[in-house]
Amino acid sequence: MNAPTLKATDFTSDVTPVWCPGCGDFHVLMSITRALAQLGRPPEDIAVVSGIGCSSRIPAYTNCYGFHGVHGRSLALAAGLKVARPDLTVMAMSGDGDGFSIGGNHFLHACRRNVDMTYVVMDNRVYGMTKGQPSPTTEPDWDSALSPGGTGLSPFHPLVIALASGANFVAREFSGNIKACTRTIVEAVNHPGFSFVEILSPCVTFRPDEREWKGQVHPASVPETDDPARAARRIMTDDGMNTGILYRGKRKPYFASVKDSFGDIEPLERAFEV
Amino acid sequence: MNLSPKSAKSAKNVSFAVVGSGGAGAITAGSILLEAAGKSGWHGLLNRSVGPQIRGGEAAALVRLSTRPAFCMSREFHILVAIDWKNADRFIGSMPVAPGGLVIADPAAGEPPAALREGDCTIVECPIGELAKSIKGGRPNMICVGLVAQLTGLPVDTVMQVVASKLLSKGADAIAASDACIEAGVAAAAGFGATFHLGAPEASDKTRWLITGNEAVGLGAMRGGVQFAAAYPITPATEVLEYLAPALAGIGGALVQAEDELASINMIIGASYGGRPSITATSGPGLSLMMESLGLAAAAEVPIVVIDVMRAGPSTGIATKSEQSDLNIAVHGFHGDAPHVVIAPLSVADCLFTAQWSVHIAETLQSPVIVLSDQSIGQAHVLIDRPADVTFLTRRKTYEPSAETYLRYAVTADGVSPMSIPGQAGGQYTADGLTHTERGTPSSTAKAQREQMDKRLHKIESFDFGDHWGACEGSGDTVILTWGSLTGAAREAIDELHEDGIDARLIALRQISPFPARALQEALQGARRVLVVEQSHSGQFYRYVRSQIDLPYDINRLNREGPTVIGPDEIASSIRDWKSQ
Ligand SMILES: Cc1ncc(C[n+]2csc(CCOP(=O)(O)OP(=O)(O)O)c2C)c(N)n1
Ligand code: SF4
Ligand SMILES: [Mg+2]
Repeated sequence: MNAPTLKATDFTSDVTPVWCPGCGDFHVLMSITRALAQLGRPPEDIAVVSGIGCSSRIPAYTNCYGFHGVHGRSLALAAGLKVARPDLTVMAMSGDGDGFSIGGNHFLHACRRNVDMTYVVMDNRVYGMTKGQPSPTTEPDWDSALSPGGTGLSPFHPLVIALASGANFVAREFSGNIKACTRTIVEAVNHPGFSFVEILSPCVTFRPDEREWKGQVHPASVPETDDPARAARRIMTDDGMNTGILYRGKRKPYFASVKDSFGDIEPLERAFEV
Repeated sequence: MNLSPKSAKSAKNVSFAVVGSGGAGAITAGSILLEAAGKSGWHGLLNRSVGPQIRGGEAAALVRLSTRPAFCMSREFHILVAIDWKNADRFIGSMPVAPGGLVIADPAAGEPPAALREGDCTIVECPIGELAKSIKGGRPNMICVGLVAQLTGLPVDTVMQVVASKLLSKGADAIAASDACIEAGVAAAAGFGATFHLGAPEASDKTRWLITGNEAVGLGAMRGGVQFAAAYPITPATEVLEYLAPALAGIGGALVQAEDELASINMIIGASYGGRPSITATSGPGLSLMMESLGLAAAAEVPIVVIDVMRAGPSTGIATKSEQSDLNIAVHGFHGDAPHVVIAPLSVADCLFTAQWSVHIAETLQSPVIVLSDQSIGQAHVLIDRPADVTFLTRRKTYEPSAETYLRYAVTADGVSPMSIPGQAGGQYTADGLTHTERGTPSSTAKAQREQMDKRLHKIESFDFGDHWGACEGSGDTVILTWGSLTGAAREAIDELHEDGIDARLIALRQISPFPARALQEALQGARRVLVVEQSHSGQFYRYVRSQIDLPYDINRLNREGPTVIGPDEIASSIRDWKSQ
């Protein structure tokens, strides 16, 4: 380890966030930088990759290598980076729209592929950046200009879908609980394979009702499990406000990676000789 | 029977087809014969005809052997050997037998299709199946190998050498059975009293390769230093991926099969951001899905190569047939103003160079490069002289640690900014598709937008593409102007015209975007008539050239959609008709 002690501020940049005052994402940023300090790797060995949305602005607010890509594709970009550079710590960050709607297919396959990286979704159950449309995790009766009276659709269960698709670590936290978030992110990064952390992160502007989350969240009453079926059953029947590490699996991470030294292509050329 | 080749001209080329339903081994027979021809110094190529459906396996191996480099399949066949006629109706119309040609039919397989019975060719019967059965472990396709070897004058011992190397793992009995079949075929054909002997090959001291365009693209990319690939399968690009998967893994790289093209393009952007030269391959439908992220690579200045093996479009189109109709999307498909590079290989052999060059350009310019190959060269198995080693000094301009604040998108003289690679302390930045400052910080100011746009345009426009922009051959004031894969057909047309005492010049573009306006204008000097040749219904190339430079010449156009590839005969007759006007 290069630096004996790293502080959260070693991982923050001087770029001022565009977020609304009170946005839950400020707390997520604090948790991420604290977790990275605890993990002890210098900022240049960390890559933070995101898509598009308020939440996806996070990479530039860290002092790590960052990639703010296109809407919905952070997981694919992060997977390519990790396979190409297995030495890096790779974190992908999304919102609920970015990760579960436009990027939904990549979510399934990232869980299944199990590349060794950590995925943090800041779930505010709304499209914040485009000013308040329902997302896949929004309640069916949530009224908005685009879906007057609500979508009538039941919300998506990201944690259960992650389990069904093969994610190796599944947790839920609330952005306001910075200590718990920090601890869980550290655990998620340290766990091999694909780790998924859903952070309930209020959008105070378009979902002011989410300020109530603070009083609604509670730590899971049972310890984590390594049985995905059991974890899924619990999550399907809880109130959606259950926090903590819910599942820690034992799957082997994705096998392929680019090596540091390269062989000669001469034999490949000879194979074409007649 | 008088079936010897009609003129000295046909002896420069002999074409044959081996027909048989899936599993009959028609393709294997064709490949063995092609390889033996290569070993003996000849040139040639093989196409598989699979009919419109993939089901039922391959239907025919179409092979053209030639005394000199061959770029495209002939339109007619001198010899057609049928193991059976099960799938023949599906394609027989599109591969006529030349007048005076020979059809070898097994009476046990039933009547040949009407198209052949009514044609100007000779049908001889040969009990192919029975001959094979009389040999323990014998196979009808090996009888066909013997038949064709005898008729074309391929040295039988060379043919047997190829078979022996292919069957090495199957053991001595299998090899002996094949040899016996080949001998039986040779003996049977000797009784036909006909030959279609190929002339002596043009001398060459180069090593001969048998390769497809798709393999050549893969190998060229690896010559260029590619270490990572991600892709989603699609006809006719899949073989690029199937080549690269083991090849990359074998040298320490990796290929990831992605869930779709949205993922594959983003995976290679991620890998390249991580410092690894990266590539993907796809066809039109996949390229359409990649467009948004190609724009990201342009804006965030991440070097990547996208190989588009074009097929007939629009939409799903004809997956197994060729067109040059992705030119528009490759050049103009980005939203916003996103300078980038589009290049196209001029032949199967050139796939190697062009792919290597694409990696060089991408890495040097930190830009996406689209390579427009197509089905007609991608899937053709061609004998080529080993392409020369090309050394580019390919090096990404990287960040040198310093005490000053690192500006990832610094405005520099050549427009290329030093790029730090994750792991480099002090080089941290956030790559972004949002308009950004030199530092990389998102910005919506007029200054940032203008400054970064100017810089990205400048780096592409000021790059020295050298004399790789295209090929100029031949002489005279009549020009055939084309691009990419049709260069081969144009080359052969010019040779054909030359033999008739007609001069024509070829100008073929390898560099499509940025448009090599000055080089092309210079090349066009002295031209009076220009025939623009391309495989596109709307004439995308013609319109594109017109949008870039004036063409104050007599203009004629030969353009058509797929699936029938424009051939040398059509190009030559367009010129002849025009000249006689
Ligand atoms: C291809 C594409 N479609 C639509 C958009 C517009 N858009 C930007 S952010 C966003 C939704 C973001 O929602 P979420 O991921 O939940 O992030 P939040 O802003 O809530 O943090 C949308 C639809 C876009 N940028 N790109
Ligand atoms: S709109 Fe909502 S999610 Fe976006 S910054 Fe404001 S509070 Fe946060
Ligand atoms: Mg959201």
